[in-house]
Amino acid sequence: MEPSSATGSAERDSDAVLELRGVSKQFVVGRRTIPALRRVSLAVRRGRVTGLIGPDGAGKTTLMRLSVGLLAPDQGQVRALGFDATRESLAVQSRVGYMPQRFGLYEDLSVQENLDLYADLQGVPPAARAGRYEELMRMTGLARFTARLAGRLSGGMKQKLGLACTLVRPPQLLLLDEPTVGVDPVSRRELWQIVYRLVQQEGMTVLLSTAYLDEAERCDEIILMHDGEVLGDGPPGQFREKSRGRTYLVTAPGQRKRVVQAKLAAAAPVVDALIQGDRVRLVLDSEAAPQPAALLPGVAGVSIQSVPPRLEDSFVAMLKNRRAEDRGARPPDPAASAPARRRNGGGPVIEVSGVQRRFGNFYAVKGVTFQVERGEVFGLLGANGAGKSTTFRMLCGLLPASAGRLRVAGVDLRTAAAAARARIGYMSQKFSLYGNLSVGENLRFFSSAYGLSGRRQREQMDRALEQFDLAPMADTPSLDLPLGHKQRLAMACALMHEPDILFLDEPTSGVDPLARRDFWRRINALAEQHVTVMVTTHFMEEAEYCDRLAIMADGEILALGTPEEVKQRQRSAEHPEPTMEDAFIALIEGKGQTTASG
Amino acid sequence: MSPARDQQSPVAPPSRGGGGMRLRGLIRKEFYQILRDPSSIAIAFLLPIVLLLIFGYGVSLDAEHVPIALVVEQPSADTASFTSGFHRSRYFEPVYLRDLREAEAALLDRRVSAIVHLRADFARRLRQTGGAPVQVIVNGVDANTGQLILGYVQGVWQKWLQRQALDRGDALALPVRLEARVWFNSELRSRNFLVPGLIAIIMTLIGALLTALVMAREWERGTMEALLVTPVTMREVLVGKLVPYFLLGTGGMALSVAMGTWLFGVPLRGSLWVLFAAASLFLLAALGMGLLISTVTKNQFVAGQVAILATFLPAFILSGFIFDIGSMPAVVQGITHVLAARYFVAILQTVFLAGNVWSVVLPNALALAGMAAFFLGVSRRKLRKRLE
Repeated sequence: MEPSSATGSAERDSDAVLELRGVSKQFVVGRRTIPALRRVSLAVRRGRVTGLIGPDGAGKTTLMRLSVGLLAPDQGQVRALGFDATRESLAVQSRVGYMPQRFGLYEDLSVQENLDLYADLQGVPPAARAGRYEELMRMTGLARFTARLAGRLSGGMKQKLGLACTLVRPPQLLLLDEPTVGVDPVSRRELWQIVYRLVQQEGMTVLLSTAYLDEAERCDEIILMHDGEVLGDGPPGQFREKSRGRTYLVTAPGQRKRVVQAKLAAAAPVVDALIQGDRVRLVLDSEAAPQPAALLPGVAGVSIQSVPPRLEDSFVAMLKNRRAEDRGARPPDPAASAPARRRNGGGPVIEVSGVQRRFGNFYAVKGVTFQVERGEVFGLLGANGAGKSTTFRMLCGLLPASAGRLRVAGVDLRTAAAAARARIGYMSQKFSLYGNLSVGENLRFFSSAYGLSGRRQREQMDRALEQFDLAPMADTPSLDLPLGHKQRLAMACALMHEPDILFLDEPTSGVDPLARRDFWRRINALAEQHVTVMVTTHFMEEAEYCDRLAIMADGEILALGTPEEVKQRQRSAEHPEPTMEDAFIALIEGKGQTTASG
Repeated sequence: MSPARDQQSPVAPPSRGGGGMRLRGLIRKEFYQILRDPSSIAIAFLLPIVLLLIFGYGVSLDAEHVPIALVVEQPSADTASFTSGFHRSRYFEPVYLRDLREAEAALLDRRVSAIVHLRADFARRLRQTGGAPVQVIVNGVDANTGQLILGYVQGVWQKWLQRQALDRGDALALPVRLEARVWFNSELRSRNFLVPGLIAIIMTLIGALLTALVMAREWERGTMEALLVTPVTMREVLVGKLVPYFLLGTGGMALSVAMGTWLFGVPLRGSLWVLFAAASLFLLAALGMGLLISTVTKNQFVAGQVAILATFLPAFILSGFIFDIGSMPAVVQGITHVLAARYFVAILQTVFLAGNVWSVVLPNALALAGMAAFFLGVSRRKLRKRLE
């Protein structure tokens, strides 16, 4: 029954719907050659949900584009549904559904007009359309919005419409490139439900890529990618099991959690130490039971509890091993080498009360109140459009509030925004440094912009280069740095003038788990020096690293407190031990209903 | 190419030969986008109207009602009869000033463009051999206008001499008599040749600039990637862009012709179908350039810049729309040969003012057809169904 391709070699996996064999692909940018994929071989099996897991730059998008014939491989062969994706790309394209990362919805066309266009392009016979549309609209919950312009939909709704357009002619193989990026947890869960319904009811095969490791756990099979190479493939459980018996939660009462984490991370058998609420999660390099005295000498009352492993534990362990092989083991350096900058004086550093921000008749922020203490790491959690960035811009004095009171570092932003700004460091969501300046030149520019000169400027620059491990690349144009290094440079620039308060807007989006850990290690070191850090994120697990956090939706704060408090308040029969994501979804859904739940 | 698929698969086989359906879908989409995007409406209809109004009413290359200072040191019957010629002329707006110094000040302030100075001994020396000198000072900043004014002043002086001779009853002994007759634009109205040329500018805007922008927008917003993974062919994508903007350009053209003939009274001596046939060829060349620019740049900002530099500005300056190609340096004249607008402007001015002069229309139309084929062919080759 298979087409001509079935005559290929006998070793070919007969169940493979998509197959790559020894595929390499590189891109030439200017004078540099960037390898995107190196000798990748993999197979996606029929009727499964396969996850392509890896950080930005791992080669996920290149792999997807090769699979639908939008790119041609430099070496190797790509076969999709029995066709050569490069030479028979039209045949592949008329059978495969592909949703690119930024799906090309026509924003000035309505939902219905977008559907009609893709139905025309995919050659759906007019008679079959009404039924298919109805099914898709029911599946995506967009039935009420068919007349609305696509540009006026929320991020989650846009993704669902993109999916509906991709599915307008049921494809045999569905490729989804990071379908859940920037989508709120509720829409994320709905997207996953749709994907599983497609596999179960329509017998579709799905390959989807994601940078979220918690999503990988929902796949039937996963392919782990890093730096253009496949690290491994198999069911997620198989990867998770590699860490079984090595994962623990450590409680050390009366100790500051960041100090405990730093000590644990430096201990010999520890592969990974992560703050989780008020405890520290450990991954060890062997199955030997850890001894409290060996891990935290001199600390009383330490209890260690064994916990089930997660996929992320194994992934991070694999990455750390690779990195150690790559350039020799690097001792974890506690970033506390910076001189302590303890400043006296208690009381809140950031005070926000009843703050509103209106754009026309739309309230981006409606009456928000919270305080942040000195040396605290405070998180703002929420989906795109929840009002996080607007709140941030008001706090940095970049945007005046429509109503309410904002005090930062004891200064009212309404009257003395400039004075407050001198004590604030701000790192924006997008990489906002000068790409064609070198690392050193960026540091020099930002330090002079903050008014540093002479010896003090030189000292600060040297310290930044050393502290952020940027010295070896001081002369590299910052555009050529890997994403994780760019983030480090951006943070170094934001810290040039030793601010009391640091604002970080989605600092870790798209960065691989190791770089993210490295970044948080630096944030923790700053907090230990009594720098107040305010951070926005849409990674639920990063919320656990904060001292306190606020969950925002539609311009309002839904919950405020320590990670433990926020989670415990959402405890229910269904979720006796809620994760941050469970708590988030419960809060959003509770807001949707009128009844307030605990 | 179309093997039988698994029978167990619930998935519908892709229908083949759906090219017409795909093309219809693409064209319908493009029209929705045009209708909803105020900027394409502005470029297609508002801008032509504004340009036509500016060039039809505002810009004029003729020297008419030129303010001129008359300095008469010793008024007499002779000076009065001489200066009356300036009052009768539609080219001049004369003012009397007391002395030369005052007139020079007026010239510097740009209140007048020229000074005609009659000395105190004008009447006396008029009767003597050698005659009376008349001093004419012309503002020469704009050399063209300066020459025109000088010519007109000489015209007034010539007429006055003829009248003087007739009054005295003896025939003026001129060896040559100049009988000027102006062809094609007998009223010498610059609007008559500006408005036809403007049509080329307007169609360049719609064909090249607008098309370059909308195509680059597809790359920028990621809609192109989504289009490419459908079974659509690149020929369909290309035709799907060509048809709507061809119609839009033809609309802009019809609007310009209607405004030109009815509002500004520009004569249309050739036939309408020759005009539209030539316009279609030009439009295809312009669309080809626009598509090529956007295919290469894939970025709205760069595409806009390149389209303005490579199509709009040359069409404005080097097409013969305002500046005569024949009076350009040889190198620049050479450059004009690669501009589609040059051939179109030549056809437009001929068809409007002279009629269907085939010896002009055919070679230029052939050049346009060649350019259209070249640009469309190159963009078809460049537009591959690949992202690299």
